[in-house]
Amino acid sequence: MASEIEAAFDDDPALISYVAAGDPDAESTKEYVRALVRGGADIVELGLPFSEPIAEGSTIQGAIRRALEAGMTPQTYLDLVADLDVDVPLVCMTYYNLIYQYGDDRGVEPFVAAAAEAGIAGLIVPDLPVDESDPLKEACDAHGLDLIFMVAPTTTDDRLDRMLARASGFVYVQGRLGTTGARSDVSDETHVSLDRLDAADLPKAVGFGISEREHAREIVAGGADGVIVGSAFVDIVASQENVADRLEAKARELKAGAVEGAEKVPEPERT
Amino acid sequence: MSSEPKFGDYGGQYVPEALMPAVEELTDAYERYVLKNEDGFVDEFRRRLADFGGRPTPLQRADALSERYDREIYLKREDLLHGGAHKLNNALGQVLLAKYMGKDRIVAETGAGQHGTATAMAAAHLDIDCEIYMGRTDINRQRPNVFRMRIHDAAVNPVEMGSGTLKEAINETMRDWATNVEDTHYVIGSIVGPHPFPQMVRDFQSVISEEAREQIREKAGRLPDSVVACAGGGSNTMGAFHEFVDDEAVDLYAVEAGGSGLTIDEENDLAPHSASLSAGEEGVLHGARTKLLQNPDGQILESHSVSAGLDYSGVGPELAHLVDDDRVTPVNVGDDAALEAFHRLSKLEGIIPALESSHALAYLERAARSVADGSSGEQSEPGDDSADELGDLVVVNVSGRGDKDLDTVIEESDARDIDAAPSMEVFNGGE
Repeated sequence: MASEIEAAFDDDPALISYVAAGDPDAESTKEYVRALVRGGADIVELGLPFSEPIAEGSTIQGAIRRALEAGMTPQTYLDLVADLDVDVPLVCMTYYNLIYQYGDDRGVEPFVAAAAEAGIAGLIVPDLPVDESDPLKEACDAHGLDLIFMVAPTTTDDRLDRMLARASGFVYVQGRLGTTGARSDVSDETHVSLDRLDAADLPKAVGFGISEREHAREIVAGGADGVIVGSAFVDIVASQENVADRLEAKARELKAGAVEGAEKVPEPERT
Repeated sequence: MSSEPKFGDYGGQYVPEALMPAVEELTDAYERYVLKNEDGFVDEFRRRLADFGGRPTPLQRADALSERYDREIYLKREDLLHGGAHKLNNALGQVLLAKYMGKDRIVAETGAGQHGTATAMAAAHLDIDCEIYMGRTDINRQRPNVFRMRIHDAAVNPVEMGSGTLKEAINETMRDWATNVEDTHYVIGSIVGPHPFPQMVRDFQSVISEEAREQIREKAGRLPDSVVACAGGGSNTMGAFHEFVDDEAVDLYAVEAGGSGLTIDEENDLAPHSASLSAGEEGVLHGARTKLLQNPDGQILESHSVSAGLDYSGVGPELAHLVDDDRVTPVNVGDDAALEAFHRLSKLEGIIPALESSHALAYLERAARSVADGSSGEQSEPGDDSADELGDLVVVNVSGRGDKDLDTVIEESDARDIDAAPSMEVFNGGE
């Protein structure tokens, strides 16, 4: 049976939007998540801030720093999630040590149980490669959460097979090497990765560097089932100007691009 | 021979997927070239360590210290290695390995600047592009090493985030590696990071204990009762310990930076020390499961030490494992005791030790002195501090020389009223 997250890709290409929880405070985050959903976000990826975010570029590092300085903790994060009354799946993106330390006993199970209870539908853990994922996968299965794996441009075929064997929800296609952050174009690596994943059973969503309607259209036209956008939203949050309305408008723009990409007949643009 | 990704429950490979293929490629290269000497890698490494690096370094009997502590004290003089610290052992090994792997670019993090300098030297020596990431705070407190890196034509990239020390520099270097992974090798500076780094760096550094073990048998006719080395990330520590680990009669003391005390400032997520082995908790940071300074949520604390090279919130997973196994005893000394030891060795033996190494020497003073004069040392750790355990024959690893620390030492000695510090009145007066 398809999970709640997988089902979010059913009707049309999905927009997965990221903000860091607690940037600049928990109440604002709730307002921003609702705005993103009004704008058409199908899944909201809510960052649980960790002090050493090695996969993030400077935009999201800034958001994480602001959230930590404002006092966001794993517990206040889960309280925030429990309070959110939106009708889309929520995915928690965080680093392994916070999952591992949660609760009185060290280990991943207490966090996964609490996250499921609060209403989290899936986890993305950028510093947890498939090789080290057995304990977390087991806990996620036990509590009905999807564990979402990231496929990089450098991922070998052998590693891809191992990931697909245990992935659920969707496959996170890292559109380019490096860290998160808005870029001005869609990389060739994105197209190569999508071709490699053609036969995968799960929806494929592309992240890293997407900020414009045109990017979303091109990526969906290239075979993606969804786009993941973070830094473009976080920039709006950081500006502190008319944030909710602008988040809604930006989500609407990106969602429209993704939908256009699906309507357009893919052309054989490369040989 | 092959390699094992874990030391007990510690170690592992907790890095982003984008880096995993590079980590696998490196593991393969490590097993082939370093463990199996394919293409004569180890022979070339050893030859360059001798000709370029100046190995072997001496094991010197410290006459004044031996008298002071009423036992035989030997100093392993890694301060005499080219560059002035043990760091070259690893940097040369990894830069050479990068060449064997066909990489054309090196990145490295640095805290005190010793690893950055050693990497810049090795990269110049082997003609490969080199970029060093260094926290802003460290750039400001280790200027001479910044000059040295630049003079060797390495780019030095300041890291402005966080406290601007080693932890942030590692984060930023990992980001660079994740971006340029196809043509770049990350020369990590300690026995930390994902497998195979902890094991590989230890292997490159274990030349220290390989030599010391042979030298002490030659000079003293037997193995030492104990080996004492400072521990930040732990590369000089495991380098000094490795060949003695199976000699169960040899006690191994890892001396951590006690800073201004083993407390935690929960308000500011700050630990005024860098004693992960003594006071840390198990967690995952920078690619490995190890002992960390962290708050109960798992956020990493900012560490502190007067010695930039020990100022790190984690420690090598192998050391964490050996401590849990009771094979290595973790102890710690504070900033003031390290400064006293810096001046003591400079005056008594004519050797200016790095502030890092001064921690090992300060532990000697505390443990050996408290028996010699019947007093107990300050800042004692209950239970693990018996001087009898140091024994009659002690090897101390002088991991580096202290020229880089002179500005800090003069300033801090004055601010803290360190008894052993010489007066600098000579600068007063004049026109």
